[in-house]
Amino acid sequence: MAILKPLLYILVYPGLIFLLVYSTFCEWFDRKLYARMQNRIGPLHTGRSGILQPVADIIKLFAKEDIVPEKADKHMFSALPVFSLAIVCTAALYLPVWHYSEAPSFNSFSGDLIVLFYLLSLPTLIFFLAGWHSTNFFSAIGGVRVLTMFFGYEIPMLLALLSPAVLADSWRILEIARFYQNRPLLMLVNIIGFFIAVIALQAKLERVPFDIPHAETEIVGGQFTEYSGKKLAFFRLLGDIEMVVGAGLIAAVFMGGFPGGLLPGLAWFILKTLFIIFLLTAMRAALSRIRIDQMINFSWRWLAPLAVLQLFIVIIIKGMEL
Amino acid sequence: MEFKVALGPQHPALHEPISLRMTLEGEIIRDADLKLGYNHRGIEKLAESRTFIQNLYLTERICGICSFSHQTCYTQGVEKLMELVPARRGLYIRTLICELERVHSHLLWLGVAGQEAGFESFFMYTWRDREVVMDILDWITGNRVHYSMNTFGGVRRDIDELQKKKILDTLGLLKTRTEYYLNIGASEPTFANRLAGVGKLSKEKAIALCAVGPTLRASGVPMDVRKDDPYAVYDEIPFEVATADSCDVLGRAVVRVKELLESYKIIEFLLKNLPEGPFKVKAPRKVKENEVYSRYEAPRGENVHYIKSNGSDKPERLKVRAPTLANYAATIAMLKNGFIADIPLIFAAIDPCICCAERLVQLDNPRSGESKVLSFSQLRAMANDRYKKINFKKKDSAWPF
Repeated sequence: MAILKPLLYILVYPGLIFLLVYSTFCEWFDRKLYARMQNRIGPLHTGRSGILQPVADIIKLFAKEDIVPEKADKHMFSALPVFSLAIVCTAALYLPVWHYSEAPSFNSFSGDLIVLFYLLSLPTLIFFLAGWHSTNFFSAIGGVRVLTMFFGYEIPMLLALLSPAVLADSWRILEIARFYQNRPLLMLVNIIGFFIAVIALQAKLERVPFDIPHAETEIVGGQFTEYSGKKLAFFRLLGDIEMVVGAGLIAAVFMGGFPGGLLPGLAWFILKTLFIIFLLTAMRAALSRIRIDQMINFSWRWLAPLAVLQLFIVIIIKGMEL
Repeated sequence: MEFKVALGPQHPALHEPISLRMTLEGEIIRDADLKLGYNHRGIEKLAESRTFIQNLYLTERICGICSFSHQTCYTQGVEKLMELVPARRGLYIRTLICELERVHSHLLWLGVAGQEAGFESFFMYTWRDREVVMDILDWITGNRVHYSMNTFGGVRRDIDELQKKKILDTLGLLKTRTEYYLNIGASEPTFANRLAGVGKLSKEKAIALCAVGPTLRASGVPMDVRKDDPYAVYDEIPFEVATADSCDVLGRAVVRVKELLESYKIIEFLLKNLPEGPFKVKAPRKVKENEVYSRYEAPRGENVHYIKSNGSDKPERLKVRAPTLANYAATIAMLKNGFIADIPLIFAAIDPCICCAERLVQLDNPRSGESKVLSFSQLRAMANDRYKKINFKKKDSAWPF
C-alpha cells in the first residue's frame, strides 16, 4: 500500500496520465483561443469542437516516417527527445497538488522551488543539443539562438520567483502557496513579478513574440528542422507539458496554489493554469516576433531591473511587517 | 567564421522558387547573391503563335495577383499599334479595376509582411479584409483572380447602378480597416521595431539600381507611371503619389498603406464621375507593322511590355518585364550587412512575384558561341547522370548543386 500510493501519484494523478490528457487539452484551449482572437474557427472536426485534435496530431506524428540524418550523432539524436520529456514529467511531480503533506516527502521539501526551476531549464539545454547534433545549418542556428535567449530570460524569471519566496520566508512551494492562501492581499505585492514570470515563461516556451529559435520564415524549423515522426511528437508533447508545468509553477508561487484536497484542488489547478495560459495566448496573438538582439535588449533593459525592483519592494514590505 | 548558405529554392519564407546565396558571419549577412531560373515559362514564345485577341487571356496569366496589370499593359500597347481610341466609359471602368486590383494586392502584401515578421494575427486580419475587395471584383467581373475584363477598345462588361452603390458602400469599411492597420504598423512596438531601419536603400542607390514601385518611392523618389506618363484616365483624376523618406521596410509598408488610402479616393472619384455612353468600340483584327513600348504602374512597380507587329493578326514579338525583375539588384544591396532574421522581411518588402519575372533562359557557350537545344528526354538523362555522379558520402557535398 505504501508503494502503491506514490506509484498512483506518479502514473495517474498528478503524474503521467493526467499530464498527458490535460496538456493536450491545454494545447486545444490555446489553439482555439488563438484562432478566435484571429477571427478564425480553429480545430473543429476531431471530437467535440475539435477537442481531440492535439491527440490526433500526436498519433499522426507517431505513425509518420522517422528519419535520422546520416551525419547526425544517432544516439544523441534519438535519446534527446525522450530525455527532455522525462525531465518535464518529473518536474510536474513537484507541483503542490492535493497529495502534499506537511512533512517533507520525496516531492516536497525545502528548496523544491529551485529543483523545479532547474528541471524546467533543462529542456532548453536539450533543445540546444538537439539543434547541434542535427548537423544542419538551420538547426545549428536555432540551437545557438536557444542558448542566447536562455541567458536573456532565465535570470529575470528566477529573480521574479525569488520575491514571493522571500516574502513567504520559505523555499518550499507548498509553504509559499499556504502563506498566500492565508494572506491573499499580499499576493498584490508580487504583481510585477507575476507579469515578469509570465513573460519569461512565454520565452521559455518559445512562443510568439519569442519564437526566435524556430522562426519559420527565417530558419525553417530551427532546432527541430531535422526531427520527424515519433521524435518530433515527443518534442511537441514536451512543449505542451512544459506549458502546463510552467503555468502551474506560476500559479503555485504567485496565486496561492491549489488548496482544498482532491477535487477542489483539481478545480483550482485547472482554473489557475487556464488563466495563465489565457495570458500567454493573448500575448501570442497580440504581438509580432522580435529579433534576437531586441529580445536580449528587452530582457536586460526591462525584465531584469524590474525583477530587482520587485525584490526591493518585497524586502521593504517584509521590513514593515516585522 | 564565415560560412556560405543557400536559402531556397525551397524555403518557408519563399512562396516561389528562387535561391538566395548568402555569406554569413554569425547572424550577419556579409554578401548576398540571387540565383534565378527555377521556373520555366514559355509565355513570350507562346504569344507569338496566338492572335492578338487570344493573347489578351494569355498575358493575364503571367501573374496570379496583378493579372489585370499585365493584361492592361498589353491591351494599351496593342491599342496604340491599332491607333484605336477606346470608349471613355470603358477607360473609366478599366481604371476602376486597376485600382481595385491595387487594393487587393497591397492588402495581400500587408498580410505577407505580417507573416514574415511572425505577426500571424495581422496576416489573418488583412487577408480577411482582402476578401471584401475580392468579392467586389467577383461581383463586377465574374472572376476573383483573372478578371478577363479588357478588350481592345474598352472593356467587356458594363457596371450598373446597383454595383456602383455596393462598391461605394463597402469602401467605407475598407477605409476604416486600412486606417486601423496604419495605426497598428506605427504603434505596435514589436512590429514597428522589426520593420524600422531594416533593409536601408538610400535615394541615390535606389535610382542607380533602377528600383521601381513602392521600393523606389519609400526611398523618397516620387516616381509613378500614373503621374509621369498617364495612361487610361489617370490624367483626369486628382491623386497624390505616396512617398516615404525612411528608406527602410517600414517606409515601404507606409507607402503601400498610403497608396491604399489614395486608391479608395480614386475609386470613389471614378464611380461618381462615370461618363455615360458605350463601354467599348469595335477594334480591327489585323495590326499594321510597327512596334510599341507600353508602361503601366502595377501594384509592385513599373510593368513594361514591348510589342512588335508585322501586319498580321499575331504579334511578332512580345517582351514582358515584370516589376520584380527590376527590383532584384536593389534587393541584393539591401540584404548586405543585415541580420538573418531580416532576410524574409527585406525580400518580401519588394513584393516579389518570382514566376512573373522568370523567363526561359538559354545560355550560349561563351567561348565557342554554340547554343544547343535539348529535348525533354535528353534533359532528364542529363539530370539523372549528374545525380548519379554525386558522392553523398563525401564531406561538403551536402549542397552539390
